[in-house]
Amino acid sequence: MHYNWNWAILLQKSAEAGGSWLLYLVAGLGWTLAVALCAWAIALALGAVVGTLRTGPMRWVARVCAAYVEIFRNVPLLVQMFLWFFVLPELLPEQWGDAIKQMKPPWAAFLPAVLCLAFYTSVRVAEQVRAGIQSLPRGQSLAGTAMGLSLAQTYRYVLLPMAFRIILPPLTSEFLNCIKNSSVALTIGVMELTARARSMQEFTFQVFEAFAAATAIYLLTNMIVVLLMRRLEARVRVPGFIGAHSGAAGH
Amino acid sequence: MFSDFDFDVIARSLEFLFVDGMSFTITLTLLAMSGGIVFGTLLAMMRLSAFTPLSMVASGYVNLMRSLPLVLVIFWFYFLVPWIGGWVTGAGQTIQVGAFLSAVITFTMFEAAYFCEIMRAGIQSIPRGQVSAGYALGLDYWLTMGKIVLPQAFRNMLPVLLTQTIILFQDTSLVYVISATDFLGAAAKVANRDYRLVEMYSFVAVVYFVISYGLSSLVKLLQARIAIIR
Repeated sequence: MHYNWNWAILLQKSAEAGGSWLLYLVAGLGWTLAVALCAWAIALALGAVVGTLRTGPMRWVARVCAAYVEIFRNVPLLVQMFLWFFVLPELLPEQWGDAIKQMKPPWAAFLPAVLCLAFYTSVRVAEQVRAGIQSLPRGQSLAGTAMGLSLAQTYRYVLLPMAFRIILPPLTSEFLNCIKNSSVALTIGVMELTARARSMQEFTFQVFEAFAAATAIYLLTNMIVVLLMRRLEARVRVPGFIGAHSGAAGH
Repeated sequence: MFSDFDFDVIARSLEFLFVDGMSFTITLTLLAMSGGIVFGTLLAMMRLSAFTPLSMVASGYVNLMRSLPLVLVIFWFYFLVPWIGGWVTGAGQTIQVGAFLSAVITFTMFEAAYFCEIMRAGIQSIPRGQVSAGYALGLDYWLTMGKIVLPQAFRNMLPVLLTQTIILFQDTSLVYVISATDFLGAAAKVANRDYRLVEMYSFVAVVYFVISYGLSSLVKLLQARIAIIR
């Protein structure tokens, strides 16, 4: 039983692209971040709306939003990925479905991956936004009303600014999860970091070097995100709140 | 849109889906849950230990696992376990490990990191006086933990542990990447053989939803009951 370690493989020219294998993996990180950031932008917008509506006075709207959350929370991410990639184009009108299927190679998988991850992450964001709004004392919205603000204005100027500052640490964790979850997109053919580590392993048979390099890149990315978010959290922290002295994402 | 929806393909493959696929998924979930809770509790005790090297090793392991995507961890263990197995048994060569055993080891080790964080919160929720009382009665560390702290920590954390298990149940679908025949894997095989992807994947989604939603509703009920008793 002898494993041939060959760390120099990372600097050798890759069979897949022009540069070295390391460069090939780093380009994979680019795709990972592209999927994660696009999905995060949509998830944040959608999650903020759904989470806010769940706390509003309109009962049936809150109920629809609750159903939305339950649906996307109780189906595994991989199954959702397959629904977006394989099932949705068949259910759409024929022209649309064909248009999606005929997109140029990276985009035909990229678009479903982003949408899938966006909706999946949005319900987690929605739950955090709801928890943030509900954590505020009732007096805050009453004060808004007493000042003569409309319901929308109370949310816009009183509740949401506070809620977002409070839920920033858990949102950091959700963003890290979003980056990690983007690896599931490899099942539909997005060549992100994990997929590239796997394909490097298949080409070179250097299993552990490939996965170790990918692991190091993920850890580094994680660390950079946590450091950046800590600085943001320190800037927007609400003075006097319990969360004010605890650190960032907790991991 | 359901005009050419072939319900028959689902009926024809029900036996394969549930007898082969779902039993794989459920066995994997239960084994990884049991192993993960035992291992995670030990990790939590290590993390809270006053002996710094021990707590550093535990928190290093937990942070590493929680920073990596599950898919990457599945690949890691899929290739690592044969080598470790060969080394432990002294076989002199890598040993053959099936997808099932590899998956059980992966999910146990991966989920242990998450169960550790839950149990750590659980142990920390117990007032310090309880530990002091145990020591005052002459119990040693293991008896104090086993008889006083952990039973209460488990009870406080039961809903969270079960919620994590539901997440684990959904996550086991990722064994698809090592071509295991779990519930999704079985459905994917039928889908590709009969070219019935729409039917099979929709059915899988519905089944996962019903089970996960049902279980999480039960956890909510349990949570309410525990809250009243306390």
